[in-house]
Amino acid sequence: MKGFTSYLVARLGTSLVTLFGVAVAVFLLVRLLPGDPARVIAGLLATPDEVERIRHQLGFDRPETVQFAIFLGHLAVGDLGVSARTSEPVARELASRLPYTIELALAATVVGSLAGILAGVASATRRRTFWDYVLSLGSLGGISMPVYWSGVLLMIVFAVDLRWFPAAGASQPTSIVLPGVTLAFFSMAFVTRMTRASMLDVLRQDFVRTAYAKGLDGRRVVFRHALQNAFIPIVTVIGLQFGNLLGGAVLTETVFAWPGLGQLLVQSIEARDYPMVQGIILVYATMVIVVNFAVDMLYAYIDPRVRYT
Amino acid sequence: MRDVWKRFRQSGPAVVGLVILAALALMGASAPLLSHYDPTAQDLSSAFIRPNAAHPFGTDFLGRDILTRIVYGARYSLVIGLLAVLFGAVVGVPLGLVSGYFGGWVDLVLQRVTDVLLSFPNILLALALVAILGVGLQNVIFSVGVSTIPVFIRVSRGSVLTVRELTYVQAARAAGATSLRILGRHVLPNVLAPIVVQATLSIGFTILAAAGLGFLGLGVQPPTPEWGSMLGESRTYVFSAPYTMTFPGLAIFLAVLAFNLVGDGLRDALDPFLAD
Repeated sequence: MKGFTSYLVARLGTSLVTLFGVAVAVFLLVRLLPGDPARVIAGLLATPDEVERIRHQLGFDRPETVQFAIFLGHLAVGDLGVSARTSEPVARELASRLPYTIELALAATVVGSLAGILAGVASATRRRTFWDYVLSLGSLGGISMPVYWSGVLLMIVFAVDLRWFPAAGASQPTSIVLPGVTLAFFSMAFVTRMTRASMLDVLRQDFVRTAYAKGLDGRRVVFRHALQNAFIPIVTVIGLQFGNLLGGAVLTETVFAWPGLGQLLVQSIEARDYPMVQGIILVYATMVIVVNFAVDMLYAYIDPRVRYT
Repeated sequence: MRDVWKRFRQSGPAVVGLVILAALALMGASAPLLSHYDPTAQDLSSAFIRPNAAHPFGTDFLGRDILTRIVYGARYSLVIGLLAVLFGAVVGVPLGLVSGYFGGWVDLVLQRVTDVLLSFPNILLALALVAILGVGLQNVIFSVGVSTIPVFIRVSRGSVLTVRELTYVQAARAAGATSLRILGRHVLPNVLAPIVVQATLSIGFTILAAAGLGFLGLGVQPPTPEWGSMLGESRTYVFSAPYTMTFPGLAIFLAVLAFNLVGDGLRDALDPFLAD
């Protein structure tokens, strides 16, 4: 376990450096605004006094280094500033939206991963058969499918025609079904492809042939012996997929009016509410960094070889 | 090269992808010949006509022929996808080559920057940039292009690491070639295969992302017949006229699928070549 601890510390260091880099990027983002940022944030109708007030409130009248130090200081205590649109604290608004995004992303990841692993195993064990072609083409179709279109199609069929589930919002327990399935399908496609490739790799190896030669039941060989050894690339892809999924969730949330961070992001961009945009981007990046760190730790724990690379 | 083409040709799905792409490109190029309707002219008296002989895909809320708009839209989606990837590769590949070839602190800094960029996955980086730069064709190409940079850095860096210590590179170094010459003349041609595969697959992503921005109203702006913004504009009428959303979405799906089929086919065709 000594190797594990030092790996954990080193990996944690990298994550913190990345997080710092993200903070710098988010800080610089608003300063990339063409022209005078205070003017842009205040809006076209603002009087010169108001522009000055905003310039002072956002600290644009101080040296950049001081601004950055203040920005970091505020971040450290969870202060993300106030919304330019509602004048409410950004952090409070994000806290009320975040659970919806996490709920959607988690549901899609769990359902998509399980379905994807099963489909990938089925595809790999039936290589070059009808079902393999169907699943392979289906998963390629899945990664090529715009979620903002598949979501609409599901909505037309299951909410408009059949009336099984609500078309929009999050007011009922079944509201999550349609956005969840839309995103899960997207995630499943990636996991299926990775599971198939990884399983094909493992199924070729000697220990699998040995297990079959011993006369073990085929299902046992596939799930106990092969799948366990194919797991690391699959877990990696599920981890990477999580970030990708958050991007897809922005579009899915907009389609289904799901009150998460993605919907808020789009509204805030339209309203030029830059403090809110900064806060949301920061929260997304933090989630991605945390999940990647967790995945790395998980497989360093599963596979000791990882710790020494 | 001939072997690659031969193997590529033998893969059914890859050829289907190539045929779809050729058809879409041809469609965009000869748009005015294919339809006598104007893609942007409004005629409210013929709004929301269901698909029929005169309008095979129907008309939208402003009475514009949807098939015509999709035909013209091929120009936008394909060009945006290609230019964005070109931009990402032109910036990302040299950075990746330098990072992998020199190693040391250059590599360290570039890899941390890549980590930061990868913390804004999928459409998020493009959204953040569009939020600042504003909407419109050029900003969409730039924003989506920037979000493909990190993957080009990673792929080209990884490939350089595998050839850096090979004999022919060491021979060039021993012969006194400059680093620039080694990278350009000896390393790049030998790591091109995975970069080309990545570029093809990335075009699929850039088309999806650019159309996604259009769907959100943050991409190419109406009345331009861009597939994503056609979807976005029709959202309000999804219940009364679902066909206005069916066909633009199908066009995006086909274009992305075609690039993914070709990318997969290229990878399989190039793989044995790499293993030689």
